[in-house]
Amino acid sequence: MKTAVITFPASNCNRDAAVALEKITGVEPVMVWHRESELPQGIDFVVLPGGFSYGDYLRCGAMASRSPIVKDLVAKADKGLAIAGFCNGFQVLTEAGLLPGALMRNKNLKFVCRPEKLKITNSNSRYTSKYGSTIDVTFPVAHHDGNYYADDETLNKLEKRGQVVFRYADNPNGSARDIAGICNEAGNVFGMMPHPERAIDPMHGGTDGINLFKSIIESI
Amino acid sequence: MDIKTKITPEIVKEHGLSEEEYEIILDRLGREPNINELGIFSVMWSEHCSYKSSRRHLGKFLTKGKRVIQGPGENAGVIDIDDGDAIIFKMESHNHPSYIEPYQGAATGVGGIMRDVFTMGARPIALMNALRFGEPTHWKTKQLVNGVVAGIGGYGNCVGVPTVGGETNFHKGYNGNILVNAMCVGLADADNVFYSAAKGVGNPIFYVGSKTGRDGIHGATMASAEFDDDSEEKRPTVQVGDPFTEKLLIEACLELMATDAIIAIQDMGAAGLTSSSIEMADKGGVGISLNLDKVPQREENMTPYEMMLSESQERMLMVIKPGKEKLAYDIFEKWELDVALIGKTTDTGRLVLRHERKKVCDIPIAPLADDAPNLDRPYTIPVSLPVIDAADVHETQDYDDALVRIISSPDIASKRWIWEQYDRHVMADTVDSSQSGGDAAIVRIHGKNKAVAITTDCTPRYVQADPYMGGKQCVAETWRNLTCVGADPIAITDCLNFGNPERPDIMGQFVGAIEGMNEACRAFDYPVVSGNVSLYNETNGVAIPPTPAVGGVGLIPDLNFIATLKGAKEGDTLILIGETLGWLGSSIYLREILNREDGAPPPVDLEAEKRNGDYVRKLIRNRRVNAVHDCSDGGLAITACEMAFAGNIGMHLSAPKDCSTHGWLFGEDQARYLVAVEKNSVNPVISTASAKGVAAQIVGKVGGDRITAEGAFDVSLEGLREKHEAFLPELMS
Repeated sequence: MKTAVITFPASNCNRDAAVALEKITGVEPVMVWHRESELPQGIDFVVLPGGFSYGDYLRCGAMASRSPIVKDLVAKADKGLAIAGFCNGFQVLTEAGLLPGALMRNKNLKFVCRPEKLKITNSNSRYTSKYGSTIDVTFPVAHHDGNYYADDETLNKLEKRGQVVFRYADNPNGSARDIAGICNEAGNVFGMMPHPERAIDPMHGGTDGINLFKSIIESI
Repeated sequence: MDIKTKITPEIVKEHGLSEEEYEIILDRLGREPNINELGIFSVMWSEHCSYKSSRRHLGKFLTKGKRVIQGPGENAGVIDIDDGDAIIFKMESHNHPSYIEPYQGAATGVGGIMRDVFTMGARPIALMNALRFGEPTHWKTKQLVNGVVAGIGGYGNCVGVPTVGGETNFHKGYNGNILVNAMCVGLADADNVFYSAAKGVGNPIFYVGSKTGRDGIHGATMASAEFDDDSEEKRPTVQVGDPFTEKLLIEACLELMATDAIIAIQDMGAAGLTSSSIEMADKGGVGISLNLDKVPQREENMTPYEMMLSESQERMLMVIKPGKEKLAYDIFEKWELDVALIGKTTDTGRLVLRHERKKVCDIPIAPLADDAPNLDRPYTIPVSLPVIDAADVHETQDYDDALVRIISSPDIASKRWIWEQYDRHVMADTVDSSQSGGDAAIVRIHGKNKAVAITTDCTPRYVQADPYMGGKQCVAETWRNLTCVGADPIAITDCLNFGNPERPDIMGQFVGAIEGMNEACRAFDYPVVSGNVSLYNETNGVAIPPTPAVGGVGLIPDLNFIATLKGAKEGDTLILIGETLGWLGSSIYLREILNREDGAPPPVDLEAEKRNGDYVRKLIRNRRVNAVHDCSDGGLAITACEMAFAGNIGMHLSAPKDCSTHGWLFGEDQARYLVAVEKNSVNPVISTASAKGVAAQIVGKVGGDRITAEGAFDVSLEGLREKHEAFLPELMS
């Protein structure tokens, strides 16, 4: 099992993601700089970490989605590569067109950081299969632009196809239909605003995130 | 301001230089300075850069200790936390800019303090802040809270360093002059700490980071003068922050520091290029020659005067080992940062600046540092306000109401609205933060089973009532807070915020507070390793309450032995460590319930503090306690409520034995801790305490969903929590 974490200028959860991947797989992930035009050979799972790529001075994730490495990711996603984006990584995935919708400024216009109760709404996805009958989990959120938006038609489609994987129990940002995390139609690309990578340690944020990593890694 | 500007007495005065100071300049130069040179002397000798009013008093502080690697005098203090790890930390004020332009003022305060820390080779791992605003009803307060909190969050969140704790007070004394004090803690290899001394001649000087613009010119001078009604006009002197560039600078500098390329490094903070180049040269005992045409510039036609005094943010100056230039270029270019070779070190001992092929400044460096004014300002230490006997303080007839009013009062109420806007978890090592309302934040050393504990404290109302005792209390409270989580307190940083030092009573507050602080530092073997002084915090002649904010850092050697205030369990017994006389002078009860701000503050008995604290730490390490909380603002009642909120469980306090009820519940006697212990630990805890001469008594029990005190109040936990949470959301809505 080989994993990779992409680092953009001002990614800041790249270390958090790396720690999580190493803890779950037992192998250090490859850290890939955004200017690389291709992923190293044999990568099975890629994480786009949280942060403020390019300062998020433009729309969040917009600059990063034009990085050379993201072009390669788009091509490989089509071929089934497992890719997850957390927080800023989710924003990059929507900007790159790998996931539908957009993340807008939080409804109350403020940054929000708190442990957030979530509901798993699709326990059969490649990112949730290990949760079994568990529905309620808590991951930390920490974002300014996590207000998920898509038009009704898209939202209906997402729901119908089981692409809505997580919802907020107590919506912190105004996201449409309380959506916290979604996957693409094929199920290999996944994005969420909360931080499962910060919920893998009983001393820090709890351990509810572990099964998310186990699910996707076991599915490969 | 260009080179042709004639130096008139008015120009000298505008630069904040006294006639005597100007005479010294004439003497050292042997001629009249040009405008660039005058500007450089002006900022270097400003209160902000030269510490001219405070220097002789700061020299009294305990600054050495067995864990101190570097004390005051560098960008930040450095302490040894074993295993080859060093912690580098400092606290700094950004008061005036934050009042004028709250978002940018606070943001750049955070940026500046982080640079002080990573300049020395540390990766920033935690941020704290100590904020003081005017009274909630003041028309400006809401806007200031909004801007300051957004600015702190906007900067720290983006850079990706967790903001793990802090404190916020509201008082009318800050209506015209808020305080924004930011603290940063970083982690470095103890044998790879970087300093600012530019040793060696002929070495290349690199400029890295943002371009230089016209922002912040004379910021240091502004920070050295009082405010008046026209202060808003100073808005253009506030700098603008760019956390994105800061993040890149951190990564690039740390990457370069891992190689063997840097001789000296200094961030461009207050007084920008001027103070960074002069400090590096002065400490290295060399001269510096700079070609200003090479300085990356954001705007056109900038004059040497503007470039030297600009306080544009996110800029670093470094002396690189000859032969390592390419390595430096490569790293900075990878991180897409502006980098330029702008000069070299020389053997002349002079600062020489060239611009458009002309020499525009040529002054000796030594006088800028050595001859900086070191004033012995007259002072009168104010005597303490008279002691108030609890028997003379009106006892409330409605304890339920009193408790609700205190728990929802501005200083005691929940600060959730603030800390939810800060990323407290990034870097994934935050073990405890503001989220639990605990005494100190706990941040794990990455990849290890040890941690640092961090706290900031100051009780301005005590310092106002008695600067000496109040100063002592600030240090003691940080020591106590670190103890509460099981840490060994190691060292402090401070941010001394006072009014106009030219007034003997204000200078007296300053001197008195330092005496008290220093006495506590010595009693605890708890040195000051870094800090900052902020004077002239007044508006139209009215000074702020004296506010010597203290940031304490401690070491938790083993994370298996920590405590927080969260762990109280059903059936636990509450034991109060320390003696309770029911001290109500300068208390929250007096202020919030009786609208009185008077009386001597509670005395601080340093021996009792040490004895009690050492005992509590031992209890934690012997796993005798489920929860620990420092008993401070609002007394035993508020301490119990906070423990109840954090553990989500009821608390029941028994009636006092030899104390008035209001003194018992709301008195603010020092050196006290409330601990929750399991039944079978009660006897050992009490009996060992008595053997060690530590006062300890059973004061109640844990359980249910109500908070009660025998003969006083009985309220529901959830109802009280709602009141506790309501203040800020209501104010800010």
